[in-house]
Amino acid sequence: MVYKLSKVSAHVICWLPLIYLIFAAIHRTLGADPQEIMLHLLGFWALVFLLLSLSVTPLRRVFQFPILVNFRRMLGLYAGWYMLLHVALFFTFYLNLDISELVNEVIERPYITVGMLALLLMLPLVVTSTKAMQRRLGKKWKALHRLAYLIGALSIVHFVWQSKSDLNEPLLYAVWLVVVLVSRRSIK
Amino acid sequence: MKNRKFRSLYSSIKEQQITPEEAFWNRRAFLKKLGYLSAGLPLLGNNGLLNAQTKGNIFTTTEPLSSEYVITHHNNFYEFSTNKSRPAELATEFKPGNDWKVKVTGNVEKPGEYTLEDILSWVDIEERIYRLRCVEGWSMVVPWQGFQLSDLINRVKPSSNAKYIEFKTLQSRSTFPGQKRGALGFHVLPWPYKEGLRMDEAMNPLTFIATGVYGKNLPGQNGAPLRLVVPWKYGFKSIKSVVSIRFLEQRPTNTWHKSAPREYGFFANVNPAVAHPRWSQANERRITDESFFGVKRIPTQLFNGYQDQVAPMYVGMDLVREF
Repeated sequence: MVYKLSKVSAHVICWLPLIYLIFAAIHRTLGADPQEIMLHLLGFWALVFLLLSLSVTPLRRVFQFPILVNFRRMLGLYAGWYMLLHVALFFTFYLNLDISELVNEVIERPYITVGMLALLLMLPLVVTSTKAMQRRLGKKWKALHRLAYLIGALSIVHFVWQSKSDLNEPLLYAVWLVVVLVSRRSIK
Repeated sequence: MKNRKFRSLYSSIKEQQITPEEAFWNRRAFLKKLGYLSAGLPLLGNNGLLNAQTKGNIFTTTEPLSSEYVITHHNNFYEFSTNKSRPAELATEFKPGNDWKVKVTGNVEKPGEYTLEDILSWVDIEERIYRLRCVEGWSMVVPWQGFQLSDLINRVKPSSNAKYIEFKTLQSRSTFPGQKRGALGFHVLPWPYKEGLRMDEAMNPLTFIATGVYGKNLPGQNGAPLRLVVPWKYGFKSIKSVVSIRFLEQRPTNTWHKSAPREYGFFANVNPAVAHPRWSQANERRITDESFFGVKRIPTQLFNGYQDQVAPMYVGMDLVREF
């Protein structure tokens, strides 16, 4: 019961950023360029959910709290969902739904190439996220899902690459990712 | 829709409805120019503001104005913050007045430290409606008030070996929190912010110093009290809160060029054919108001649409190499 409740509230929390963004867009509280703010915040939440899902394993080991693992998949899927929304908004408002321009951007703009690669790598993880797939793939599943670290790294590179000069914020996420990676190695 | 409403409101309320508290230096000079102070019949004044909108006038445009809200709440003013909405919040205490000082140095006959009051006494305030194109890919249409930079330059008389002009923004960590180091110890940019123009660019009739916007004193976040406006160049050339003007024989460096030489040049002329290394400059996102659909993607024009006035200055220059 408690478990069910915590799961439901976790879902609600994961939807809150999106609900807030839609609410704020309608009420014109996203500033002078709401499309841009929404684009950046969707990307931000995708990265945060990804880093949270990667933090589950070290956290449950440190705090001896094995039940946390049940939130790992959920956080990862929400990361994928926010990534998709992020790209959909870019495609709609920045590229006017022009496929050829999307292809062009992916080829010519390295930060978009990297971001798109992160999204593409996310797809097999989403598809194989079910318990049945996990059982079927066995050991291979674990290896495949280590791609999440690469996706995290690519997302941070994408973030650094598109920002004009302020590296302070994206580097904080890089530190977070490194801490998660290192703690994984040291607490076996 | 909202914008159009605002525009007609803006041209009909005129100055008499703006409260005296809001008005100090800019208003006085502006009213003097419009003849309101002497005529005392502002209701008849269908001049001044509207004069700028005469057909064929290069100093205006018929495109819809960006709303006052977006112009004053979407500011790349890294001295306050790299976040574009923060300068409006952080600049509430930044209200430079008549004692603001500008140092004029270098190859010039009348060097010195001039106050804002001195400078405003030399010039007439007029309105210019200019397109503003940011190097990041967004743009606005802004009704500035101010004066032609050439008026100031002629006053201080640069000598014949003054080939360039360099501007600096105020450096003050107490005024500008963004000039402190970031969380991980990085400076966002090397301070103070510097910009430069070639002398012919500085003397071009389009080159303007803004003291106001939408008929009010220039807000802190827009670069009060004196902000350069060079409408055919990317916005980062239009340096804010100027405290120093130096006349030089050699080309000065500019902050963004120094910070990322491959990405930002000295000239920074708006050019849809020359992409930024990381993104295309072929289109721009024109921001008219703060609604979710208040942004529209449109093609970018060479020299931001001011080619007739400025292209002759760059004849024979390779615009791809000298970006």
